[in-house]
Amino acid sequence: MRFVNEYRDAAAVSEFAAAIRKITTRPWTLMELCGGQTHAIVKFGIDELLPPEITLVHGPGCPVCVTPLEMIDQAVQIAARPDVIFCSFGDMLRVPGSDSDLFGVKAKGGDIRIVYSPMDAVELAKANPGREVVFFAVGFETTAPANAMAVHQAKLAGIRNFSILVSHVLVPPAMSAILDSPDCLVQGFLAAGHVCTVMGFREYEPLAAKHRVPIVVTGFEPLDILQGVYMCLKQLEEGRFEVENQYSRSVRRDGNTRAQDLVATVFRIADRKWRGVGEIPMSGLTLADDYRPWDASVKFGLESYTVEEPKECIAGLVLQGQKKPFECPAFGEICTPDHPLGATMVSNEGACAAYYRYRRAGVAV
Amino acid sequence: MCLAIPGKVLKVEGPADLPTGTVQFGGITKEVSLVYVPDAVPGEYVLVHVGFALSKIDEEEANRVFEYLREMEGLEGMMEELHAVRE
Repeated sequence: MRFVNEYRDAAAVSEFAAAIRKITTRPWTLMELCGGQTHAIVKFGIDELLPPEITLVHGPGCPVCVTPLEMIDQAVQIAARPDVIFCSFGDMLRVPGSDSDLFGVKAKGGDIRIVYSPMDAVELAKANPGREVVFFAVGFETTAPANAMAVHQAKLAGIRNFSILVSHVLVPPAMSAILDSPDCLVQGFLAAGHVCTVMGFREYEPLAAKHRVPIVVTGFEPLDILQGVYMCLKQLEEGRFEVENQYSRSVRRDGNTRAQDLVATVFRIADRKWRGVGEIPMSGLTLADDYRPWDASVKFGLESYTVEEPKECIAGLVLQGQKKPFECPAFGEICTPDHPLGATMVSNEGACAAYYRYRRAGVAV
Repeated sequence: MCLAIPGKVLKVEGPADLPTGTVQFGGITKEVSLVYVPDAVPGEYVLVHVGFALSKIDEEEANRVFEYLREMEGLEGMMEELHAVRE
């Protein structure tokens, strides 16, 4: 496929890896923010091509992983209602809630549909006027424009049997939380290319300056990631801390302003809880007042539902780059993709699942 | 979840405020909303996430990674070393 295959060229990959070895003079710890990047790094063994001085830690950019337990519980309660068609991206179905996951609800007869786009759920609502159709709107900035358009179109068309259960989070507040932590190990970031395709990278510039940390907007193919690592290391070795754009074939500094405008109309910024991490102020989106009739939490009276998260899993530390999956005593023992304790083992993009799937035991990481 | 796939626009249709496109991904074609990239025309590549094109792929910028590789300092010497190892 064009714009994919050429960025997997083995000769170019080894040339970048050699260039990285050449400029590295001391230990550095970098964090890739997006779960898609984590998946590619572990799948293609990119970290094994890097010199031993370089540590890649895996960031919080997996929306499936950071969706809090109480949102999964709300999804389970709504999906179990006989009047509801519950629509979701497929990877949310196995995330464990307090008592059940969505697959468990489906097994007991719940009408749960896996959809490709939130617009598919709007179409289902039109076709089923006697049922409530709820879409589980989980994601980062990349997914917000699609979810915003679904709600906006439902409002324009007066479709009142459609609503979304919102668990939307934002990258920059999570980066701030990581950088503000006294335990922070991260010296440079690979920012998420698709989040920045929507949002641009202006909001990263004050972060880089305040924390004196290089941030390189990076793509998802092996060559993208290696170039992102190279650019980040070059800044560190030269004592610079700027925002640079490796993924310039898709990302512009201002991002997609049309998409940003609709997101700003339909949603407003709000405090959000991150699974395993806790509440981060102003770190997510909730529906704006004009769109509250399409908010499933409001519609089904679950707005005030909260739940304490169990402490048996170190996913929160993994998501902040403070622990590697292998450092968890449960990893691969009582916690596996078939029986996950935490969401980082559920999602394909979760660091624990990626390590379980691609890493042989005993490989130093 | 933030997976987005590049595809080639084959056809643009629909109302001006809600344009859609037929987009080809490898051997598969799909209907995609072009509402956020309304200036996309057939032949151009767009990056698609959950049914929405989010950007047009800039063909010139797409070559940057290879240009960067060629321009990297001291690359020539390193390439020779690499080739020597391969031979």
